[in-house]
Formats: sequence, structure tokens, C-alpha cells
Amino acid sequence: METLKKIAVPSLAILAFLAFWEFIVWINDWPNYKMASPSDLPPAFARYSHLFIEMGWQTLWRTVAGLGLAVIVGTLLGMAMGFSKIARDALYPLLVGFNAIPKATLVPVIALIFIGQHDFNTVLMAFLISFFPIAVSVGIGLSTLEPEYRDILRSLGASKITIFRKIALPKTLPEFFGALKVSVTLAFIGTNLVEIVSPHGRGLGALFKSGETNGDYPLMFAVLIALAVLGIVLYYAVVALERIFAGWAERPQG
Amino acid sequence: MTNLIEIKGVTHAYRTKAGPLPVLDNLDVSVPEGEFCAVVGPSGCGKSTLTRLIAGLMKPDQGEVWLHGERVTSPRKTVGMAFQNPVLLEWRTIIDNVILPLEIVAPRMPRRDREDRAMHLLEMVGLKGFERKRPSELSGGMRQRASLCRSIVHKPDVLIMDEPFGALDAFTREDLWQTMRDLRAAEPFTCVLITHDLRESVFLGDQVIVLSGRPARAQHVLNVDLPADRTIESLYTPKATEMLHLLRDQIRIAQGRDGVPH
Repeated sequence: METLKKIAVPSLAILAFLAFWEFIVWINDWPNYKMASPSDLPPAFARYSHLFIEMGWQTLWRTVAGLGLAVIVGTLLGMAMGFSKIARDALYPLLVGFNAIPKATLVPVIALIFIGQHDFNTVLMAFLISFFPIAVSVGIGLSTLEPEYRDILRSLGASKITIFRKIALPKTLPEFFGALKVSVTLAFIGTNLVEIVSPHGRGLGALFKSGETNGDYPLMFAVLIALAVLGIVLYYAVVALERIFAGWAERPQG
Repeated sequence: MTNLIEIKGVTHAYRTKAGPLPVLDNLDVSVPEGEFCAVVGPSGCGKSTLTRLIAGLMKPDQGEVWLHGERVTSPRKTVGMAFQNPVLLEWRTIIDNVILPLEIVAPRMPRRDREDRAMHLLEMVGLKGFERKRPSELSGGMRQRASLCRSIVHKPDVLIMDEPFGALDAFTREDLWQTMRDLRAAEPFTCVLITHDLRESVFLGDQVIVLSGRPARAQHVLNVDLPADRTIESLYTPKATEMLHLLRDQIRIAQGRDGVPH
């Protein structure tokens, strides 16, 4: 009963949303080239299904690769900032400044430096846009570790690496996964940004662009839906990882 | 009897923006093997500094700390620590929390032996049946019991406790005093207990050291002349009351309020 409810409630909400969308298009009598309605989408998916699979895969692997890079670099930066006050003072303004730059402005810069390296550019942008939350949360998680936690092992003569492995690392995991949920969405934006802007790009962003060029509005809306679905899949993949590795932080409800 | 802990002429100051802040001034403390030493004193007088010095987590500016006839210059495996905050690792079960020091001190000890040792202690403090729970599922008093088990699981020579019962309600605290007394009867260890609670110091201590206000030195040493098998009731005997009065007066002197009507 509970699981049925868990599936039924969001499903009904989505159906209600689609019905509302269909209704708005119908009542305004909008033509296809102004706004596509949900009923236009299945034919678009059917017609270009092989493209959706191919392009969706492109977008997916590049987002995951960029996010993986962000996890590695973000964690290393966070560790440096968490353990050393000098590193924190040195890196923080740089990172905040870099994060403040709207990443869309970096697309032409990257495109000029690495001309034609479409895969590389896309992964790079996904990484650049998503490492910041990870670095900050790991840094704060490590630097706010209560000294007693360290002392219980340090008083036994444990090495710094042991303390990090047994205490600091697991204790920072909930913060890390909180940041990863933000980062996965950002990385997805980064990937699509490059795919849409690059000429002769690949991925769902490029498919969207080609829909625009050809005035194929149902295709454009179909891509938006595909992006939403992929975004949901990525987000819940992170949630699943969080359950496995930091499930202890979840308090029983009620 | 040899002195297990020997603190000789320790002076220490913290460097702050406003200049050095002296916390300990030529402090002498000695604790014979197997004795329970309670340390009381006004707030902020450097009691916690003392625990960190004995544990080897800090070095004093001047003076020496000796454990077992060896000078303490760095942390050693024969020390156990417990704090006001139980600092249990939330991602581990209670039994895995208790085992933690053994992973450092005795990495080759088989898992089974570790668990047996931990279970033995958990049983003694009344936590049998809770060993597979997570800390967040336990009450404050139970968490502190688990923390006590962790601090002695590796059979340390010295147990250092920094206000371990400070955050508990009065009745839970009295329960834990009795647990502590029973643990000591079962597994002898030398103990330094920092506390704000004079009744606690008299109930648990063999000697009570009153530290003066900052910078702290040993202002008064009281030998607690009560039988080892004390009960809470022992605190209401004339002898105990007299000792509590004496300690109260010493604290007032340490606070610099001697002669002020109270």
C-alpha cells in the first residue's frame, strides 16, 4: 500500500501536469510552431528514436565524466582547504571569483583554446561548472570537525591518515552527497551548454539545436522532456549512492 | 606505591592575539597507580589543558609530565579518553564504536576477540541488547555509557575524563557514577577526572585536587576518607558533608571570592 502510494502520487502529478499543458495549448488554439502539446511528443520520439538514444548516451557519458572529474578535483581542493588554513586563505577568493563567472561566457574561450575537441570541451565545461560545491562542502566538513573526534584517535597515537580514513572522511560524507546533488544538476547544464552552442555538436543539446534550425518544434520539446528524464535519472542515481554510503545520516522519521 | 602520573612544575600559556594567556602555573600533581584523582576548579582555569597534557596531545611550556616513569612527549597507546560530548561515530554501530581503539592499538587482534571484549564491557554498563544500534537511537546517558566502554576497551593504564557526566541530568549522572565505581572494581585503572560537580568528585575520587583560578596551581589536595564501596547514601554522611563543605570553601577561595558573604 505504501509503495503503491509512493509511485501513484508522483505519477498522478505528472499526468495532471501533462493534461494542464495539453489544455493550455488547446484552449489557446496554438499551432505546432508556437508551442507543441504533449500529444505531439510521442510521434517526435518515435521518428527520431535512434537519435535520442545516440545523443542521450553522448550527453550522459560526458556529464558523468565531467562530474567524476569534479568529484576528484573538488575533493582534493576541499581536503587542502579543510586541513590547511593557508590553503584555505589562498584558494577561497580564487574559487569564489571563478564560481561567480557565468559559465556561458567560458564556452567561446574554451572553444578557441581547444578547437574542434568537442568531447573534451563538453566534459571540461561539465567539470568547471560543478566542482565548486564539492570543494566547499568537503572543505567546510573537514575544517569543522570537532577536535574531540580527532583526539579520541590521536591520543592513541593514530596517524593523520588513519584519522582521516576512520573519522574525517566518513563524517564528511553527508555534506559531500548534499553537494553532489547540486553538482550533478550543474554538470548536466554545463554539458548541454556546450552541446547547444558548439557548431556541429553532438548530444541532446545538439539535437535541440537542430530542431530549432529546422523549425521542428515537437522535436525541441521532445528533447526538453528527454533532458528532464535524464536529469531525474542522474539525480536519483546520486540519491541511491547516498543511501548506500551515508544512509546512517538519515534520521528515522516520525 | 609508585606514582603512575607525575606532573612536575608544569607551566603553560596559550598564545592569543592579546598576548600570552597563562593557564597553568607551576602545577604539581601526583597520582599513585590505581588511584582515582578528581580535579575541580573554577571555570576556565585550565582543567582541560591538564587532560591534554597528560594525554600527550600538547607539550607544556615548562615542566614535565611523567607516565609510568617515562616522560610524556607524544600520545601513547596506554591512555583512554572520555569527554563531555560522547563523540560516538554515527556511522558505526555501538559495538563497532567500542571496538575503535582496538583497531589502532591492537590491529592484529581477531575480530571475534575484539567483539567479545566489547560485549563484556557493554554488558557491565547495562547496554546488552543495544550493541547493533546506532548512536542516534540511544539516549544521552546510554551514549555516554558506550563512550566509557570505548575509553577502557584497550585496557589503558590511565583513563582521562573531561567532565564526562556534565551534560546529563542529575539522576542519570548518579547512575553513571555507580557504573563507574563498578567498572573500576572490575578492571583496575588509574583515573584523572575533571569535573565541576563536588559531589561527583567525592563519590568517585580517592583524592580531590582543587585548582586555583587562572593561572592554575594545586591549591588544595583532599584525601577522600570514605570506604571504596561507596553508595549514593555515603554522600549524606557527616564525613562526606564535611568534605563537601571544605571543597566548597576552597572553590570560593579559587574564585577569588573569599570573605564575600555567601
